[in-house]
Amino acid sequence: MSEIRDILVEQVERLLTDQSNPTLLRAAETGTWPATLWAEIEALGLPLAMVPEEQGGAGLGWGDAAAVWHVLGRHGAPVPLAESMAAAGILATAGIAPPAGLLGLVVPREMGLPWGRQVENLVGILDGNVVLHPATAHKHGLQPISRLPYDGRVPGHRAAAAALPPALGPDGALLAGALIHAALIAGALEAVLDMTLDYANTRKQFGRAIGGFQAVQQLLARCAGEVAATGVAVANAGRAADRRGLAGAEFEIASAKVVAGEAAGIAADITHQVHAAIGFTDEHPLHLFTRRMWAWRDSCGAERLWARRIGDAALARGGDRLWADLTSRDEETAA
Amino acid sequence: MAGFRFDLRDTPAGAPALRATLRAFLAEAGRDWPPIVPAYSWMGFDRAFSREVGKRGWIGMTWPATYGGGERTAMERYVVLEEMLAVGAPVGAHWIGDRQSGPLILRLGTEEQRREFLPRIVSGELAFAIGLSEPDSGSDLASLRTRAEKVPGGWRINGRKVWTTNAHRCDFMIALLRTGPAQDPKARHQGLSQFLVDCRLSGISIRPILDLVGEEGFNEITFDDVFVPDAMLVGTEGNGWEQATAELAFERAGPERYLSSLPLLTAALDDLRAEPAAPETVGRLLARAGTLRQMSLAVAGMLQDGKTPAREAALVKDAGNDYEQALPETLRALIDPARTPPQVREMLGLMTMVARSYSLRGGTREILRGIIARQLGLR
Repeated sequence: MSEIRDILVEQVERLLTDQSNPTLLRAAETGTWPATLWAEIEALGLPLAMVPEEQGGAGLGWGDAAAVWHVLGRHGAPVPLAESMAAAGILATAGIAPPAGLLGLVVPREMGLPWGRQVENLVGILDGNVVLHPATAHKHGLQPISRLPYDGRVPGHRAAAAALPPALGPDGALLAGALIHAALIAGALEAVLDMTLDYANTRKQFGRAIGGFQAVQQLLARCAGEVAATGVAVANAGRAADRRGLAGAEFEIASAKVVAGEAAGIAADITHQVHAAIGFTDEHPLHLFTRRMWAWRDSCGAERLWARRIGDAALARGGDRLWADLTSRDEETAA
Repeated sequence: MAGFRFDLRDTPAGAPALRATLRAFLAEAGRDWPPIVPAYSWMGFDRAFSREVGKRGWIGMTWPATYGGGERTAMERYVVLEEMLAVGAPVGAHWIGDRQSGPLILRLGTEEQRREFLPRIVSGELAFAIGLSEPDSGSDLASLRTRAEKVPGGWRINGRKVWTTNAHRCDFMIALLRTGPAQDPKARHQGLSQFLVDCRLSGISIRPILDLVGEEGFNEITFDDVFVPDAMLVGTEGNGWEQATAELAFERAGPERYLSSLPLLTAALDDLRAEPAAPETVGRLLARAGTLRQMSLAVAGMLQDGKTPAREAALVKDAGNDYEQALPETLRALIDPARTPPQVREMLGLMTMVARSYSLRGGTREILRGIIARQLGLR
């Protein structure tokens, strides 16, 4: 929890409050790249925020970065800043100077890259190395639920490679991607809850605001529990990654992605139910967030993948170790 | 999010050593616990066990040494609580005194009350019950009618309390009673006071109520002209509602609100290895457990800082109750009775029954969600 994090969170909040809106989010779904917004983000140096200060970045850790991504998600993540930030951070950790321009984070088994068509360079982890390739030929794709560009890119010649730092681990790109999408969901959850609270307090039926009905209150209270749980799970995952590297934070990142994915489903059910027919229309902005959450929960490993990883590890360790493992992670590091 | 704040908190530096001591003690103490013990967890009542816990300084850990307390931090106490709950230890004989009655006496009691009660709670001798619910006052607690009438030198109590866990085994209860004028519907929260009531006083009859498991867990208590001396009033006359609700942040925030059924997962885990659906299900359960633990720690941290996070506590309790209540049902879907040891089958059966109480005790799900909804700005 650093001072620089507070500054960046506030900067991103201000910028997106100003510039991200339903019109921009809708335009993205027809392939219009928010060039002005991206230019401002680059001018603020945000894509390099995870690069150490001495290399021209802001030196954000994973926890700090997750806080920025959380804000991004609350505004519908109009640009793939999170992926570009993480890719630059991974390069810098391996000692490779990040090139200018949008970076794509290559996550194994993902069908495409968010806004892949705009990506200039690809960053991935391959055979024990962090590698950097220029992005060449591309194939336009579409994420079927968010309807956002989700393009395939062909890596060009290898521009740089460096030995993989153990803190990242062979799954580093997947773990980073999972943390990103959990954080984006955490933010989007706040957006849909706030939107729904406003609606419940203004929409009147039977002569009163529908938020006055216990049936509606009970649903929204449950939704708030899911929103809070996801926020805590993401913060915990970021803290764990700062303490033990991405590889050492697999349990916490996996947990965050599982909780975020489950919460996305539950919160989308509840917020659509409370909005009723108007929330099912194209005109109402609710779906700009719920569709993104549904897409994000499938990105970089859905609940199934991450839950299995946690479960396999726990089953291998056995019941006698279950509680000890749950409590020891942060205490051993702190000790 | 709308007025809820959860900042991550670490457990204290000495936690690993403290855990090691607790685990060694609990492994020994719990060697022969039958499945009913973890199934009842903190509702289980075992005076001998509580005295052993008291001997080791694990009751009243944060209280001043003057009253026998350990002067440790709230977060150290948290570590002890979660270790006890993780194995479902029968902590009921000291749980209420340590969590609620003792802190209330420390905060608002007279010097005499502190000296009289706190050291005996610390040693595990004195067991406390909570006298809140009445036959006609459950979730609508402020409608309670059991009266304490002023008489020379003290108060005369008439009425009934119900659902009082373990009262027939306890020494004292802290009862919330109506001392003000007959109930004015506009001022229901006024005129209530808290009293220390000796459960063995003349005029008190305690009738255990069998629960659906077949255990005598809770009670109905009848007060028939029971006299308590003035010295047994706790805090300020007429201030009982504020006093009792301030306790709720303590009552609702603890790890006992999500860990009640965890011993079943621990016990069942090894026999689930051959079950193809087990990894995903277990993974989801652990992802949630780890997250609830961080939420609960965040609230504990606020309590240690002297804040009163009543709303956050309500949210964690609600989420935790959902979790601990669903856990037996979730595991049931995985457990093949033919491949499961009888002890685990028995624990599953017991927890399936006991889990009904999780979302009732300490504030029902519906009441908690009402509190959360108000905090969200819904009226």
